[in-house]
Amino acid sequence: MVSRHVNAAIPVIVVTLAIVVLWYVGAALLNLSWEKSVAERNGTAPSTIEMLRNTMHQERPVLPAPHQVVSEIIDTTIHKKITSKRSLIYHAGITLSSSMLGFLMGTLLGIVLAVIIVYNDALNKSLLPWIIASQTIPILAIAPMIIVVLNAVGIQGLLPKAFISMYLSFFPVAVGMVKGLNSPSSSHLDLMRTYSASSWQTFLKLRLPTSLPFLFTSMKVAVAISVVGAIVAELPTGAVAGLGARLLAGSYYGQTVQIWSALVVASVLAALLVVIVGWLGDFVNRRMGLAHG
Amino acid sequence: MAESVNLHVITGEPQAARPYRFRAMERFLFGGAGMLALLGLLLQAPWQISLATLAVALIAFLQLKRSRLLAAIATGAMALVAANSLIDLVDQPEAINAGFWCLVAAAWLLAWGCVDQLSAIKTLSRSYRTVLNVLIPVLFGLWLLILWELLTRGLNVPQVLLPAPSQIGQRFMESRAILWMDFKQTFLRAVLIGYAIGCGAGFIVAILIDRSPFLQRGLLPIGNLVSALPIVGVAPIMVMWFGFDWPSKAAVVIIMTFFPMLVNTVSGLSAAQPMQHDLMKTYAASYWQSLFKLRIPEALPFIFNALKINSTLAMIGAIVAEFFGTPTLGMGFRISTEVGRMNVDMVWAEIAVAALAGSLFYGLVALLERIFTFWHPSVRS
Repeated sequence: MVSRHVNAAIPVIVVTLAIVVLWYVGAALLNLSWEKSVAERNGTAPSTIEMLRNTMHQERPVLPAPHQVVSEIIDTTIHKKITSKRSLIYHAGITLSSSMLGFLMGTLLGIVLAVIIVYNDALNKSLLPWIIASQTIPILAIAPMIIVVLNAVGIQGLLPKAFISMYLSFFPVAVGMVKGLNSPSSSHLDLMRTYSASSWQTFLKLRLPTSLPFLFTSMKVAVAISVVGAIVAELPTGAVAGLGARLLAGSYYGQTVQIWSALVVASVLAALLVVIVGWLGDFVNRRMGLAHG
Repeated sequence: MAESVNLHVITGEPQAARPYRFRAMERFLFGGAGMLALLGLLLQAPWQISLATLAVALIAFLQLKRSRLLAAIATGAMALVAANSLIDLVDQPEAINAGFWCLVAAAWLLAWGCVDQLSAIKTLSRSYRTVLNVLIPVLFGLWLLILWELLTRGLNVPQVLLPAPSQIGQRFMESRAILWMDFKQTFLRAVLIGYAIGCGAGFIVAILIDRSPFLQRGLLPIGNLVSALPIVGVAPIMVMWFGFDWPSKAAVVIIMTFFPMLVNTVSGLSAAQPMQHDLMKTYAASYWQSLFKLRIPEALPFIFNALKINSTLAMIGAIVAEFFGTPTLGMGFRISTEVGRMNVDMVWAEIAVAALAGSLFYGLVALLERIFTFWHPSVRS
């Protein structure tokens, strides 16, 4: 058991290490031209080794080296108070809260839509194509408008951002749940009929439980894009707070290290959320006796 | 009439998934429409429309059993006629009273009944079913637009909040030149070029690592993880590296589309059955022969899945990347600046372009999928 895990982990670790090495090489190569121009301006002729060493510690590198990003993250998480505007935890918390609110609203909306669609044939035929079409629209494009328009009506703060996350995350849940609610085989449905179960009972005792694995699979997708939604939604609010605001502020002032650290924290956040939802799904599926293997 | 022959014929598809249908629904819809029309008549709505709506609703209510298609056509046509005359009325403030809104609701219920009837039609004819499957969502969308138009203009919703579809259409026609330039900048350059390079690179890397199980086991989990990450965040970095013009947007699109393609192609290449591999071996097929003749065709459903996912990702990537800086051109740029100037109708026109381009792009990929994977069960059925 343990050795199987180790065997699975080795290639991943090797590839990750290779990526880190490539990152260092890339940082050295991309930052070298700046060092050369500095040396030219100062009239000095440092050795190549010296210049390469300097590429690892530039103030505003083209590509910051991994250790610079790590130390920036440590600096802005552990060494700053959480309430401080410069703390990445503070910004991540803001992004997390709006993406969580949007994710919950989106999941609820998705489930409700799926139930309606499964139980109403007219809506299944008329609404479902539009739900699918709504996702071929680059919906993030209207993020700034939703923010500004809701702002004009007086809705501010968390809710407009959560709307964007909701819009992105309802879709996988709705589609997955339609599939899940329709997944009981006809023999199961026939069994319910022989019990003379009402449609409400069939829903509660057969369709809903069978749809749970589908629900959690879609929720994993939904939670990941709700983070994307929250980050993009923070862009047009004028870079006040949140990881998206950090990205924007970093790009205004050319603070590449800040951009990269915000990006890494956002990625860790998204990955953690996906893992948590995955665990939750495994736990629920196991308790319901639905786990396979 | 062919329709009555096909009526109520069970199609042979597994019907078990949907044993439940609100039988009272159609009576409720047409009865409700009739009552609302009557109420509208009493509340001083224009009597011509009210009477006509009332008549059609009554006939549909009573004669429903004869033919669903006839009922659908009659109610759908009446709903459209009523909507048309209501839209003509909506700009006269004295016409907007309780009776007006009763008629709006009546026409809407009629249209809903029409869609309800259409979707209840069971038929064996394939082309007939295709027509229905297209017609139903189109009618639904059309009614969404009609309601949007009536509500925004009838209730005097501020234009900043939500412009009426007709205003958006007008703005669309007026600024076709600007929209076309933005479209060229964002879609024809950033999206298409980035999409082609990103998907191509993902595919080629998948083929390259195909012979190394070690690399596959290393890259797959990472690729899966990266697909879940907020990659749009690299946009500011790409803008710094490649400048304000479209190459930086294309770069974002490349990064966003690369990983879904890689992951899907790798899992698609392992989709062929052992039996099929054995067959290729008995033919003494070389690695490349079995790759091109067996494994890539078997992987096509996976590859097209990635192409479809990527078509929407590419649009999102290019537009969001423009929020971080562009030359004064591009759909994302236009959206963010026009929002700032409160020209919401222009924003909506731009969104309409994006929606149209996105759906057509997706539709094209889906069409290619049907052509290339005609043998696959999901297409055949």
